[in-house]
Amino acid sequence: MIVASRKPLDEIIEIIGDYEKVLIAGCGTCVEVCHAGGEKEVEILASQLRMKFGKEGINKEFLSDTVERQCELEFIEPFLEKAEDLDAILSMACGVGVNFLADRLDSLPVLPALDTTFYGATEEQGVWTEKCSGCGKCILHLTGGICPITRCSKSILNGPCGGSDGGKCEISADVDCAWHLIYERLKALNQLENIQAINPIRDWSTGLDGGPRKMVREDLRL
Amino acid sequence: MSSNVQNKGAFEPQIIAFCCHYCAYAAADLAGSARIQYSPNVKIIRLPCSGKVDILHILHAFEAGADGVYVAACLEGGCHFMEGNLRAKKRVAYAKQLLEEIGLESERLEMYNMSSAMGGEFAKVADEMTEKISKLGPNPLKFVKFAKQSRKSGKEGS
Repeated sequence: MIVASRKPLDEIIEIIGDYEKVLIAGCGTCVEVCHAGGEKEVEILASQLRMKFGKEGINKEFLSDTVERQCELEFIEPFLEKAEDLDAILSMACGVGVNFLADRLDSLPVLPALDTTFYGATEEQGVWTEKCSGCGKCILHLTGGICPITRCSKSILNGPCGGSDGGKCEISADVDCAWHLIYERLKALNQLENIQAINPIRDWSTGLDGGPRKMVREDLRL
Repeated sequence: MSSNVQNKGAFEPQIIAFCCHYCAYAAADLAGSARIQYSPNVKIIRLPCSGKVDILHILHAFEAGADGVYVAACLEGGCHFMEGNLRAKKRVAYAKQLLEEIGLESERLEMYNMSSAMGGEFAKVADEMTEKISKLGPNPLKFVKFAKQSRKSGKEGS
């Protein structure tokens, strides 16, 4: 899922600026699971904003609504219908939701309330870790299911580097060396020959370096 | 009413106490049975466990004009549901940060632990909180009209 965190309240207030009637729009998928922008977080932010502006005698109206997903047209229709009566939408979705709404609302500002951070997994309640970079060319079958692009601080394809120390990365003792993990995993799988193979220089154009990506499946189009 | 509270003049704080059924609520009962006097400013809301308390319960209490809020939970290690009180403690700590963000004193929110046998402690906490909130003064949101600002009841409970 996409993991995000809420921006500090001061930054959100600065982003809201002079807009008076604002819909705080939640998303019930990834950011609900990582407790950043689901229904509950929308209500918490709405309550905070009402109190903050109310305390300062500034009259603003905050509406709140959460849809299942802000990245699919069917789900965002309730927001599009409300748009005429609003000064702005403060989206608590990831950046995808903000973009998707903004693309469909010509004259209404769509503002971000979250900092979208990474593709991650829930390690335990309240802990999320980055696992994938969406680079567009997966080599996990060679690396024991552990992604060197994401989990190696240098994203090197042939590791470990000289900064691997006791299974930890040189950037921090709290960060596992991905290539150490890969070695241990391949050893357990009896596939150590994979780590001796040289991974060739990579074509990074499959990732964001190749420009914004688009996928079309003609068989699925209506 | 305790003498501490009597001396605070016209301002009578409204304090919401979220009390666990198994400890603080029973302690309040015990304080009553034992005729222990405590501040009448404290309004009790009984919870099945302090772990039921939600950030939104706390924020909505302040939004509705409560001058102070506290969560009264079982002694650490003594939760009827193992660790509900420890979860409540973390939520109270987080809610304090949210209050600081909006410029409300985080001291208006507190967490206390007591057992069901601590009727005297319940009364002491009620008086202590009333005295503290009396010093802080009224919640500024008491005087705010939220007429134009719709509040929808959201997902409360985790």
